[in-house]
Amino acid sequence: MSDASAPKAVSGPLNFLDERLGSTNFFQRNVKKVFPDHWSFMLGEIALYSFIILLLTGTFLTLWFHPSMEEVVYNGSYTKLKGVQMSDAYSSALHISFDVRGGLLMRQIHHWAAVLFMASILAHMLRVFFTGAYRKPRELNWLIGINMFILGMLEGLFGYSLPDDLLSGTGLRITQGVTESIPLVGTYIYMFLFGGEFPTGDNGDLIPRLYSLHILLIPGVILGLVTAHMMIMWHQKHTAMPSKNQSNEQVYGYPFYPVFMAKTGAYFLFTFGVVALLGAFAQINPIWLFGPYDPGAISSGSQPDWYMGVLEGALRLMPGQGTEWVIAGHTISMNVLIPALVPLGIVFGGAMAWPFIEQWITGDKRRHDINDRPRNAPVRTSIGIAAVTFYGLLWLAGANDVLADKFHVSLFGTTWFFRFAIFIGPVIAYIITKRICLGLQRKDAAIAGHGVEAGIIVMAPDGGFSEKHEPAREEELIKILSKENARPEAPATDANGIPAPSQKGPMGHLRSRLQRAMTFDDIPVEEHGEEHGHDDDHAVGSGSGPKQLGH
Amino acid sequence: MSDNKHTAGSPEPREDGGTGRVVGTPSPAKGESLLAKDGEGAKPPAGPATELDEKSAKNAERVVAAFFVLAFAASVGFIAYYIGWSGRNGGMHGVVRARESNLWLGGTLALAMLAMAFGVTIWVRRLMTSKPIIQERHEMASPADTRAAFEADFLEGAEDSGITKRPLLRRTLLLAAAPLGLAPLVLLRDLGPLPEKRLRSTFWGEAVKKAKAEGKQGVRLVVDGTNAPLKVSDFNSPGGMITVLPEGIEEAPEAANEIAKAVTILINVPAEQFKPVKGRENWHVNGVVAYSKICTHVGCPAALYEQTTHHILCPCHQSTFDATDGAKVVFGPAHRPLPQLPLGVEDGYLIATDDFPEPIGPSFWERG
Repeated sequence: MSDASAPKAVSGPLNFLDERLGSTNFFQRNVKKVFPDHWSFMLGEIALYSFIILLLTGTFLTLWFHPSMEEVVYNGSYTKLKGVQMSDAYSSALHISFDVRGGLLMRQIHHWAAVLFMASILAHMLRVFFTGAYRKPRELNWLIGINMFILGMLEGLFGYSLPDDLLSGTGLRITQGVTESIPLVGTYIYMFLFGGEFPTGDNGDLIPRLYSLHILLIPGVILGLVTAHMMIMWHQKHTAMPSKNQSNEQVYGYPFYPVFMAKTGAYFLFTFGVVALLGAFAQINPIWLFGPYDPGAISSGSQPDWYMGVLEGALRLMPGQGTEWVIAGHTISMNVLIPALVPLGIVFGGAMAWPFIEQWITGDKRRHDINDRPRNAPVRTSIGIAAVTFYGLLWLAGANDVLADKFHVSLFGTTWFFRFAIFIGPVIAYIITKRICLGLQRKDAAIAGHGVEAGIIVMAPDGGFSEKHEPAREEELIKILSKENARPEAPATDANGIPAPSQKGPMGHLRSRLQRAMTFDDIPVEEHGEEHGHDDDHAVGSGSGPKQLGH
Repeated sequence: MSDNKHTAGSPEPREDGGTGRVVGTPSPAKGESLLAKDGEGAKPPAGPATELDEKSAKNAERVVAAFFVLAFAASVGFIAYYIGWSGRNGGMHGVVRARESNLWLGGTLALAMLAMAFGVTIWVRRLMTSKPIIQERHEMASPADTRAAFEADFLEGAEDSGITKRPLLRRTLLLAAAPLGLAPLVLLRDLGPLPEKRLRSTFWGEAVKKAKAEGKQGVRLVVDGTNAPLKVSDFNSPGGMITVLPEGIEEAPEAANEIAKAVTILINVPAEQFKPVKGRENWHVNGVVAYSKICTHVGCPAALYEQTTHHILCPCHQSTFDATDGAKVVFGPAHRPLPQLPLGVEDGYLIATDDFPEPIGPSFWERG
């Protein structure tokens, strides 16, 4: 800009702050902070903005909600429940919906934002996983993210339990049953959580407890984690997709002020606008249709919010026969414990451990600021898709009654299908994904090695026809050549027969076997001159890959 | 067109990089878009423009302004609707008004935000002149000498404080801290009562005991909802299923908790298909049999009854029990049959003669 000085309205407060905090240092360093561009980098932003919307609408709802299990007789304006006995919590939720202006809108926006919050975290996590953005130095943010998702599940469960309608009571009943199954301390945890027996305990403490967890404790922790997540991201700088000007040494993109600031502001408005649209036109959780909670009643097709569907599906699939053991007078309920702990344990435990497992196997302790293309890490990508398949099948199984109903198939048939599918599906998904990744690597190798088919047929003087190849665009080449080819493994022993430190012992053997399994079929992608011609062998990996490049 | 990669007469390249093709010819190779094209790079990159054409900038400005005005109108509409139409004195009163108010308030709110969002987006893409810039990335790790200096300071501090030299100090400090850390846990003790025998019995037992003390044989079954006692002759159509409770449960202290355990389904199984469990031959009344409604899996009410197969189905996780055969599990995640309630008849009314013989509902550690 020119040498014009900032208007007084701006420079006044800035100077005031600077003289007391030295804040201009910070502003100067960050005003033009570069944010690399890619559509998938906005998934996490959706989660952040949904969280802000949740805080805003949630605060609104607390102004009228009564977290109380006191029995009252409803006397609001929803005529169908007039005179019905219900808890104060349910009654006040009806009051918010029908007698507070904008209350129904805020309730629906709150619920939609919660659904979107969890969905966008999951989408963001998948993006981070498949592009390898969790690699050093970003493992901490990866762990923070997974923990936010888990906390989000609890937060959601407690949140939709608060209105104390029939559906949410059913969710709590299942929570109670699962709690009871915990060995040794299950009944104690049950009694201590509910303050006595289900549903109201000795003093009706459950709803007030869930309320304080839902509006104070868990959101407080999530807010802290969000802050840490953002500060770490800001400090480490965002990863970039492989392209020109992006590297481990530099980042390329538009400056924070004004471009990124305006874009992300618009994005907040888009997110809010869309959930407002949903809140206005798409009904969600119509508690007045479910009625107050009655421990003897239930509706068929009861479904939790989507993020609890995995647990629901796991509970449905587990066969009950032979899975409950009585040992020395004590009951161990594997038919509940296994589905409650194992599937999510595998998915989230595996996700948390993965960055470190991968580092251990590959021995790669370097810093990575440039994302991988998913095809260039076939094992990672295939494991990810296998996990997605596993999670997705369990999630679908959580709606097996709805599936059976809508598709007119046998209910038990769907259960049997999913019982097998959750084991077979991930394996098939792994194999197919790996093949696709290697196929794409081959295509990249061909483009880098030979160029792109130009569509021009050339007739040689001897009458033979061949297709001309042109070099790929520079941008495309940079992307393709971002692949790090697998390096030949260091020999297990040195010249004197001394084993390398990383190869010693059973763990060392396991490590090197795993490393081989990860890299043996890697297709090296290398740039060659055009004159290189159709020498088919040079771009084929050392492994079992076919010896033809497909043209 | 000077593009010599295309034969004369070939169609113009489309925006997406593909070319239109003559019907019947093979589609262009997928890699076509990877080809370098003449004039590439002259096109400004997508995103904030670096060079503004004043005329189109003026246009863009007008479009952005139109969106902002629309957002203004929508917000004003939101406030105006709230004040003028949404109902007075703190409420809308009723389903119809609630729905109407939801559509207007939500619609105007969404329009306001989306219009503003579109406006800002167009502003960024068409009017901002910032250029993309390059910044350095830095190694996260601190320089080695900083680490070394910190390590030295840290050790010096530990040395100066004496904590390394004076083990008595260190150990008693740990000793002092440990119980203090446990104190909050102790405070949580009153979160709830101990389980004791609470989960082992239901209100049926209590009610039967009371009835027997009054010289009766058992407690009457009342229909859930109406609380009317049930005569044998009232429940005589085979295939019927209703939910029953022990008489007097509504007046019990903590009635909701008692109902949550005592709720029972009464099923009229055709007598010829009924196979009473050994030792329970007299627990039914002509095929009328009572089972706990609380699923033995995780406690949902097993509320669906299929007359033709005599299956009781829990809608939560589809545990399925056979009503003719002691509610034995035939499918699903439950392990144990639904506990059976011993029935009898007194003065023409159905009664329960005892509590369930085992704890109802989900399994737990102490159940045995």
